[in-house]
Amino acid sequence: MSRPATADAALAAAIRAEAGTIVASLHRLVGDFDVAEEAVQDAVVEALRHWRTAGIPDNPGAWLQVAARRNALDRLRRRERHEKALARLRERPPEQVPDDGPDERLPLLFGCCHPALAVEARIALTLRAVVGLTTAQIARAFLVSEATMAQRIVRAKRKIVAARIPLDLPPPDRRAERLDDVLTVTYLMFNEAYVSTAGASGDDRDLGDDALWLAGLVATALPDEPEALGLLALLTLQHARQPARFDASGALVLLEHQDRSRWDRSAIAGADRLLERAAAYHRPGRFQLQAAIAACHASAATWAETDWLQILVLYDMLLGHDPSPVTRLNRGVALGKVFGAAGALEYVDRLADDLDGYHLFHATRAALLRELGRTAEAGTADARALSLTRNPAEQLLLRARLSG
Amino acid sequence: MKYVLMFCDTPERYGEVDEVTAKAVHEEVWAWFGEHDAAGRIADMGAHLQPVTTATTVRSGDGAPVVVDGPFSEAKEVVGGFTVIDVPDLDAALAMARTWPPLRLPGVSVEVRPVVDHGGDM
Repeated sequence: MSRPATADAALAAAIRAEAGTIVASLHRLVGDFDVAEEAVQDAVVEALRHWRTAGIPDNPGAWLQVAARRNALDRLRRRERHEKALARLRERPPEQVPDDGPDERLPLLFGCCHPALAVEARIALTLRAVVGLTTAQIARAFLVSEATMAQRIVRAKRKIVAARIPLDLPPPDRRAERLDDVLTVTYLMFNEAYVSTAGASGDDRDLGDDALWLAGLVATALPDEPEALGLLALLTLQHARQPARFDASGALVLLEHQDRSRWDRSAIAGADRLLERAAAYHRPGRFQLQAAIAACHASAATWAETDWLQILVLYDMLLGHDPSPVTRLNRGVALGKVFGAAGALEYVDRLADDLDGYHLFHATRAALLRELGRTAEAGTADARALSLTRNPAEQLLLRARLSG
Repeated sequence: MKYVLMFCDTPERYGEVDEVTAKAVHEEVWAWFGEHDAAGRIADMGAHLQPVTTATTVRSGDGAPVVVDGPFSEAKEVVGGFTVIDVPDLDAALAMARTWPPLRLPGVSVEVRPVVDHGGDM
């Protein structure tokens, strides 16, 4: 990653490398997902506290596993009817997870992203059980109170147990659709970070790094799934632009005005290779197509040299997989570059019913109106966009536009 | 693991279904029960309910329960029947629900609810 490895980032990386695997193996051992997941969560909280002062131990996985098992024992002792699980936990020594075996986190991930759970719950549970974030960290990332987030997670886990949602790989006939759920959760996680972390947010956690890591985990575990490769390529490309996305004051810098020399060129080349690998399967999908669009932007030397016609064609293909209003809005931008702002504005205006509450709808309209010389209307649209976003970096940009 | 499948439909959309289709779906429903029963997945056939227009509700009132002439909610979608299934997990229950023949008609849904396990036979 291009980001300097701060102490917190190193802590985060050490924890997420181990947490999901320990949840999965502890769950297998004690047979109770709630006990296993809570035990690991407590271990993560302990690790964050100890490791910050004492440093990261030589074998973080073993440290976490010992702590998690001790916590699981405590939790089981407090409950009755768990003698068998207690016995198994006492008898079996902590295991060395083989590096070459199947990734145990994958079934866990599919379970956490099960369509029977609300989307917000899938994201929160995945971050906790698979990536090893604490409830407090997740709450900060989603701008809700820790109590609200804790309740969301508890409810989701209760449903997993009560409705017996399998923490397992989906049956073959549901595989494609369930993989799409997993990739969508990962994508939403990244997006949340992409808009909410304005440069140095002062937080101890970069959700974008976590989402990118998760996309890598899925693509590695399922190397023959082109959409998994597509998502990894997409997130890699967006992450590669991260260093250029904010100015010194913390305001958002749009693609058009970014200093392209600050993009991570080796990451972009890596994403291009991922996309080539994905394309060889001849099974296009929405993540591959979005990645292809991002790759088009990444390969343009300047904004003016962008191949808008190619991008428009890719958007038309994307609409076949994802006809959502937001996709159509983005297509509207490309449409404007190829055929002019007047037609694009007409196209975008037709989305008003669906997108009136979405700040980027108004920001996009503002840009088109400005291009057409309709400055007053552009100002109104920008003001509306400003009233709809709570993101500080976007607010700074919009305020600058309004005062400029 | 036992789940109740609650079969719901929308009475105001009955008119959209022609007689031939309705009859065909009806027969498929019997085949559906036959197939899943033979596979040991039906714990209790449940019941097919009379139209919601025949429902009467007793609800809690001030002091004593009150009798109300109608269904318990004003929802457009109503429960038309239910069955109790016994399958390994939610994915198996959803797989069964997904093949419920009336789902190809408008306004139909199947609610899948786990049954509380009291430790004994239900």
